Amino acid sequence: MATTNGATDWRDQIYDIFRANDVRHVAHVPDGGHAKLIKRCEADPEMQTVTLTTEEEGVGMLIGSWLGGVRGALLIQSSGVGNCMNALSVLKHGKFPLLMIVSMRGTWGEGMPWQVPMGQATREVLEAMGVIVYEVERPDDVHATIEAASWLAFDSSVPVAVLLAQRLIGTKKFVAAA
Amino acid sequence: MTATQTKSKISLARRDVVNQLVANRGNDLLAISGIGSPCWDLAASGDHPMNFYLNGAMGSAAAIGLGLALAQPEKRTLVITGDGELLMSLGILATIGVAAPKNLSIVVLDNEVYLETGAQPTHTGRGVDLAAVARACGIRSAETVYSQAELDTALPKIRQGDGVIFTVVKILPDKAKLVIPPLEATYTKHRMREALTGKP
Repeated sequence: MATTNGATDWRDQIYDIFRANDVRHVAHVPDGGHAKLIKRCEADPEMQTVTLTTEEEGVGMLIGSWLGGVRGALLIQSSGVGNCMNALSVLKHGKFPLLMIVSMRGTWGEGMPWQVPMGQATREVLEAMGVIVYEVERPDDVHATIEAASWLAFDSSVPVAVLLAQRLIGTKKFVAAA
Repeated sequence: MTATQTKSKISLARRDVVNQLVANRGNDLLAISGIGSPCWDLAASGDHPMNFYLNGAMGSAAAIGLGLALAQPEKRTLVITGDGELLMSLGILATIGVAAPKNLSIVVLDNEVYLETGAQPTHTGRGVDLAAVARACGIRSAETVYSQAELDTALPKIRQGDGVIFTVVKILPDKAKLVIPPLEATYTKHRMREALTGKP
């Protein structure tokens, strides 16, 4: 499914949904799964893109953005979800919205064993902190899922995470140089 | 300067400092206080719709200040926090140095101890210089204030200076009378958003 702007690549569709829903602050810890989306946001003069040193800064930053009347999104990898826990408590206590888009590791066909524990626990720890979790595995479902997550987060003022499955992004293979 | 020499210079009391930071404010000063004593201090200076008291998530005050400053570029955002709170997330100084908002002041009330938990020493009394960390992160206006005279000089910059203004204020490690701000963030959130945007 294409967005109203006609984008067919799901990464471009996420950008279009940000625009359509007035998401203007984009905080991220860089990740291969988000690379194209980060580029699109950085190129947009009406968006403020902030690179974080650790993911919990993004939770705090977007709380401040919301206090100031601006919608934001947090782009991180599943390993970074583990860095956010205590900051997430503010969202639940204060009924703050958060749109978090998580590119998954440690799940579908993972070849790097160090990624598996956090990847497998990602949904559970998010839900334990009161974050509503959607997961998307097929490119055709990205548009509807991100759009619904955005509406849910900002219209109902709740934290929402969309997990972009490793099956969607493509599994990273580690092959030692010959 | 050795730690002992530094300590002998400290004379400022936390409540006096915070009262001066927010004196004669209008709706153009947005204040975020970090967990613990800075929240009691900001409440003691007078509750205000433009105050958001972060009574949890230790280490997040400066990050919230960054988001608020970027969202409200025409107003001054002032983060008032403690040395222990900031030490928990030094990386945020690098993020703020790079993001470079034009309207963010961070004041660290530095008593060199974790006052709320029994006054165990923090790193700042043992050689860690937060202003130097901030400078190394690209925050050009970063200084440490030891006296009322130095605070007098720093205050106009904290309230109106261009860019990121990072100020460590060395204070006495004394507890002040407990003044509890509104504890429901749903309330303080709506109050600030409504005042800033006209919508809840």
